[in-house]
Amino acid sequence: MTCECENSVEVTPEQWSTVDAIIAEHRETPGSLITVLRKCQDVVGWFPENLIDHIAAGMNIPLSEVFGVVSFYSLFSLKPKGRHTIKVCTGTACYVKGVREVMGRISAKYGMEEGQTCEDRRFDLQGVRCLGACGLAPVMVVDKDVHGDVSADSVLEILDAYK
Amino acid sequence: MNTEQISVRLRRADLADIEARYHARVDDPKLRHIFVCGGTGCHATGSIAVMDRLREEIRDRGLEDRVRVVQTGCNGFCALGPLLIVHPENVFYQKLTPGDVTDIVEEHLVRGNIVERLLYKDPATRKFIAHIHEIPFFSRQKPWTLRNKGHIDPESLFDAVGRGGYQGAARVLLDMTPEQVVQEMKTACIRGRGGAGFPSGMKWEFAMKAEGDVKYVVCNADEGDPGAFMDRSILEGDPHAVLEGMVIAARAIGASKGYIYCRSEYPLAVHRVEIALDQARQAGVLGESILGSGFDFDIEIYQGAGAFVCGEETALLRSIEGGRGMPRPRPPFPARKGLWGRPTVINNVETLANVGRIMVKGGAWYASVGTEKSKGTKVFALSGDVNNIGLVEVPMGTPLRDIIFDIGGGIPGKRKFKAVQLGGPSGGCIPASHLDVVIDYEKIVEAGAIMGSGGAIVMNERTCMVDMARFFLEFIQEESCGKCTPCREGTRRQLEILEKICAGKGEEGDLELLEELADMITDSALCGLGQTASNPVRSALRHFRPEFEAHIREKKCPAKRCPALLEFQVDPRRCKMCGKCVKVCPVDAISWKKKEPAVIDRDVCVQCMSCFDACPFDAID
Repeated sequence: MTCECENSVEVTPEQWSTVDAIIAEHRETPGSLITVLRKCQDVVGWFPENLIDHIAAGMNIPLSEVFGVVSFYSLFSLKPKGRHTIKVCTGTACYVKGVREVMGRISAKYGMEEGQTCEDRRFDLQGVRCLGACGLAPVMVVDKDVHGDVSADSVLEILDAYK
Repeated sequence: MNTEQISVRLRRADLADIEARYHARVDDPKLRHIFVCGGTGCHATGSIAVMDRLREEIRDRGLEDRVRVVQTGCNGFCALGPLLIVHPENVFYQKLTPGDVTDIVEEHLVRGNIVERLLYKDPATRKFIAHIHEIPFFSRQKPWTLRNKGHIDPESLFDAVGRGGYQGAARVLLDMTPEQVVQEMKTACIRGRGGAGFPSGMKWEFAMKAEGDVKYVVCNADEGDPGAFMDRSILEGDPHAVLEGMVIAARAIGASKGYIYCRSEYPLAVHRVEIALDQARQAGVLGESILGSGFDFDIEIYQGAGAFVCGEETALLRSIEGGRGMPRPRPPFPARKGLWGRPTVINNVETLANVGRIMVKGGAWYASVGTEKSKGTKVFALSGDVNNIGLVEVPMGTPLRDIIFDIGGGIPGKRKFKAVQLGGPSGGCIPASHLDVVIDYEKIVEAGAIMGSGGAIVMNERTCMVDMARFFLEFIQEESCGKCTPCREGTRRQLEILEKICAGKGEEGDLELLEELADMITDSALCGLGQTASNPVRSALRHFRPEFEAHIREKKCPAKRCPALLEFQVDPRRCKMCGKCVKVCPVDAISWKKKEPAVIDRDVCVQCMSCFDACPFDAID
């Protein structure tokens, strides 16, 4: 874990006020913690320690429980992310159609393994669960763009467009 | 605008009126409809650009009064997107680009000629097929659950009602007692389409009889099995069918609140369900006094956060409560003690999508199709090494062979069928020798797999079954919630053994150990995820044992998929000197001159396997 002072740089005052608004909207609804976390991550991008603290206090839920939920679900990240997120589908159809080779090519080119961010923070590489677009296998999603029928050869060309 | 807004609160008589108006429009001889597929697959391949261009061209040519462009949900033939259907001729155009649109407008819409080059070409006969009902992929299906696919705008309540939507709910709310509803479900013999196959009527009966003034209906849309996209397509294509099913379930058990628990990986499905919920509330088919019956029921959509185990019902309920989605022991079953400790019916998307029709046509109608113990139809998501990838709905009792070879069109290229994987990480592989097994909950189990939620992934001979078993265990290992030891530790040990075998370090006794662990985990794990986690290994060992033994004893991977067991050498006797491997090598490790066999420089080679896939002669070992 990074120290608090470093973390506080990560969340801007505007982001804090959006986070507060999200908490205020949901704090009375039982069971809304996951929704709050999802929305907060959309704002900040990941969960620095002080953000988890803040949500726990705001929602009046023990810190341990909030951390437990954050660490349980794969959607939530405890690390800062790159500028672009590459999600490579690791579902069965994509696996059968050679997604391992695609992933290998990305790792080799940008020097990051699955779950890591490359050094200049340009890309995040995530292996994700089936995206349900098996008709296009192998599938890669960069930010919000879905790329289907990706091959180890074509993948680097596609990524070139994301600076 | 295409969509006819419904802003008044509907009564039963309005439903029939809308249906008549809808048909008057669709069957209007002066009007053409173009149904453009707007499922996730087609969106990704550019269907929105195609549709925009289509609307533009139609406007430019002043055809707006004669042609309506409708964006539908998933058509099912995902591999051919972007695609569209011109109605009433029902001509099917596929793999479109915005540039193709001019031809369709000019040739087809204006002059009335079919544009042959954009038609579907049958891979077997190499002939173009114009009409959708003549394409084998569609003609052999029985679309009951998917009856509206490709016909309605999923963002239009008018279209849904136009095709008979909410008539089942009207019958249930205005004419039937809860007992009668449950009886109808029991007559239909519909079993849970999430995979386990528990009779839905019985589940409803338990919840109906359970004591409590607050009850819940939950729709399980946490479609987590890799290779399964049936539920996504239903939610994207016909969300009102699911809402109607939930209203009926609510009436049967006496619930006033419902949840749809949907994966956050399905943004389009979430979006369309949100629209459907708003429309349904406005039109009074959801919310207070539904269809004027005095019965209140509302639904909220709840997005998951990425945890496979949340497809397990008790874990899912825990997740809605805002906690870590970990299963708990059953009993008590959710029908007695579910969400917030209250009686809860939890059904899969596909199950719920069938309920409305069952109430309109009767349970006996539904049960007239199928086998002795499995009734109705089942939707499969066919993918992998098969020609026709997409959504397939067949009657129970259909042989698996028909799905793969008649509907699916067989295996692409000159490859051979090796196995089909059913049921995802809880299921198993069915080899060629068992392909005549029919779709039936019990028969599929006898063949070594499970019905599962409907993922059907076809594999050719280039798939290594040891590697597949390892793949599924890796998945389970990552998704195990860690609560019970057999699943957390047992599957890890199994994974380690399989990794060892794939790396060429397998030993005698490994397979027996795998089997022993499998039985132990199945007997002692807490929830369905753990209890079924060993199925992929068990079925692979049952049907493909020699392949495991080759890895262990001969240190060879017969399918040539495990890099550690390959030599990365070209066999000069089999090499036909075509040079295809040279073109695909990313690191220029292959040298080749015309009329000479290729040679791989193993110091440069990064073992990416590209040349193995490219070689048409299987000449690389």
